[in-house]
Amino acid sequence: MHDTPRPAPPLEIHDLTVAYHRKPVLYGIDLEIPPGQLVGIVGPNGAGKSTLIKAIMGVVPAASGWIKIFGEPFKKNLTRVGYVPQRESVDWDFPVNVMDVVLMGRYGQLGLIKRPSRRDYEIARECLEKVQLLAYADRQIANLSGGQQQRVFLARALAQESDLYLMDEPFAGVDAATESAIVTLLQELKNRGKTILVVHHDLPTARSYFDMLLLINTRVVAFGPTDEVFTPELLQTTYGGRLTILSEVIQQVGSSAR
Amino acid sequence: MNDFIPNFDARAVFVSPWTDTFATYGWIMLMGFLVTVACGLIGNYLILRRMALVGDAISHSVLPGIAIAFLVAQSRHSLVMFGGALAAGIVTTLLIETIHRRSRVKQDAAIGIVFSSLFAVGVILISLFASQIDLDADCVLYGEISFVALEPLVTIGGIGIAPESVFVMFLVAAVVATLVILFYKELLVSSFDSGLAASLGINPTIMHYSLMCALSVVVVSAFRSVGAILVIAMLILPGATAFLITYRLPKMMVLSVVHSALSSVLGVHLAIWLDCAVASAIVVAGAGLFLLAWIFSPTQGLIARFRPQLLPIEAART
Repeated sequence: MHDTPRPAPPLEIHDLTVAYHRKPVLYGIDLEIPPGQLVGIVGPNGAGKSTLIKAIMGVVPAASGWIKIFGEPFKKNLTRVGYVPQRESVDWDFPVNVMDVVLMGRYGQLGLIKRPSRRDYEIARECLEKVQLLAYADRQIANLSGGQQQRVFLARALAQESDLYLMDEPFAGVDAATESAIVTLLQELKNRGKTILVVHHDLPTARSYFDMLLLINTRVVAFGPTDEVFTPELLQTTYGGRLTILSEVIQQVGSSAR
Repeated sequence: MNDFIPNFDARAVFVSPWTDTFATYGWIMLMGFLVTVACGLIGNYLILRRMALVGDAISHSVLPGIAIAFLVAQSRHSLVMFGGALAAGIVTTLLIETIHRRSRVKQDAAIGIVFSSLFAVGVILISLFASQIDLDADCVLYGEISFVALEPLVTIGGIGIAPESVFVMFLVAAVVATLVILFYKELLVSSFDSGLAASLGINPTIMHYSLMCALSVVVVSAFRSVGAILVIAMLILPGATAFLITYRLPKMMVLSVVHSALSSVLGVHLAIWLDCAVASAIVVAGAGLFLLAWIFSPTQGLIARFRPQLLPIEAART
C-alpha cells in the first residue's frame, strides 16, 4: 500500500526543534502521520507532548525545521485542523453558555466579522447531540462537571469539521462514562477517515485505545503501530529513570508478549 | 450635623438639572455617559482577560505621551493627543511584555514598574515645560467634566451641534461600540481560549495590541473630563457590575451600558446635592450600583447565596 503514489499526508514534520529559554523542549522531530489513524502521543511529564501540538498550530515558534498539514503550511490549511485544548487552559467562569462555546468551532469557517448562521447553529446542535449534551445547550459552562466540560470541547472540535484533530489530554480527569463516550467518538471520527492525534498520559489504556503510538521524550523515541511500539525496551527508553512507576505496566507487557 | 451634610433641596437636586440648568447639566450628564460607556465597553474585555491592572497602567502612562505630543506639535488638537496616547499605549504594552519575558520579574511587578515610571516622566515633563504645556497637574489627575458646558459648540453647516469634547467623545464611543459589535466573535474567542483563537487564524498578539490601542484612545479622550485616576473606575465598574448580574457576554455588554447611563445621571445629581466634583460623584454612584448588584444579584448576590438552595445534581458534582 506504500508503493502507490499517495496524496500529501495529514501531518508531516521535518527536523523540528522548539526551545523555551534556550533549552530545547523538542529536538530534531521527524514524523509523517498516515491518514485515517488514531495516534496516541505518549511520554513522561515535560517530554514536550503539549508543545508538539502547539508547535503544529504555530502557537509556539519553531527554532528550526518545518511542519506541513496536508502538504501546506498550517496557515494555509487552518480550517482542516481541529483543536481540543487542555481543560484547565481556559477560565470556566467566563460568561458564555455551552452553545456559545460549541459555536466557536464554526468561527474558522465563518471568517472575519460574519455571524453564525442558522446552519452553524444546526451543526452545533448535532455535535452536542453526539456528545449527549444537547439538553445542556443553554447552561452556563461553570455549572458543568469536569467530564461534561471535556465533552463540550469535543463537540466544539466536531463543529470545526476538520480532517486532522489535535487533542491535548482529553481523558484527563474525566469520569468513566465520559471516557468511554470519548473513545466511541474517536473511533467514529476515525471511521470517517479523519486523522486524530491525542496526547495521553495513561499507559495501560494507551495500548487499547490507539492504532499507532508516538513515544516521545524531547526526541521521537519510536513511532509505529501500537503492537510494535508498546514494548518494555522502548517504554523504558521513553520514561528513563522513572521506570519504577512503570514497572508494573512493563511487567504486564512482558508477560503478555511471552 | 447640619454643617456636615448639606441641605437636601429636592427641587434643586432633581428638578432643576432637567429644566432651568439643563443647558449646563444636560451636557455634563451626556459627557459622563459617553466617557463611562466607552471605557466600560473596553473594560468588559479587560476584566474577562484579567487585565484590569493593564488598564490602570495605560491610564497613567498616556500622560508622557500627550505631553511629548504637545511639545512636538505645539497643538492641543484631538488628533495630536490621540497620536501621543496611541504611541504611549503601545510603548507601555511593549515594555511590560519585554520586562516580563526577558527577566525573572513577573507581569504584575513589570506593570507596576512601567506605568509609575512613565507617569513620573510625564509629571516631570509637565512641570519642566509648564509654560508651554497647557495642562495642569490637578486637571490631569482628577479632570474637570463641568467645563464641557463652557466650551464653544462644534458647528456643522452653521448649526451648533455639541461642545467640542462631547463631540469628540461621542465619536470615540461610537467607534468603540462599532468595533466591539463587529469583532464580537474574535474578541470572544481570543479572550476565552487563545489557543483555539490561534488555531482559527486569529492572532492573539494582534488582538492584544488592538485592544491596547483602543484603550489608549479611549483613556486619552476621557482624560480631560475625569482624569488619570478616576478613569480606572470607569474602565472596571460597569463591566464588574454587569458580570455579577449575568452569565452571558452580550447581556454583560448591554448591562455595562445601562450601568454607565445610570451612574452618570445619578452622579450628576449627587454632585449637585453635595456641591462636589462631578467626576468623583459619578464614580461613587457607579460604585453604589456595584454594591447593589453584589448584594441583590438574583443569581450570585450575597442574599441569593445565603438563601438555601438546591443545585441541579449534575451542577453540584463539579
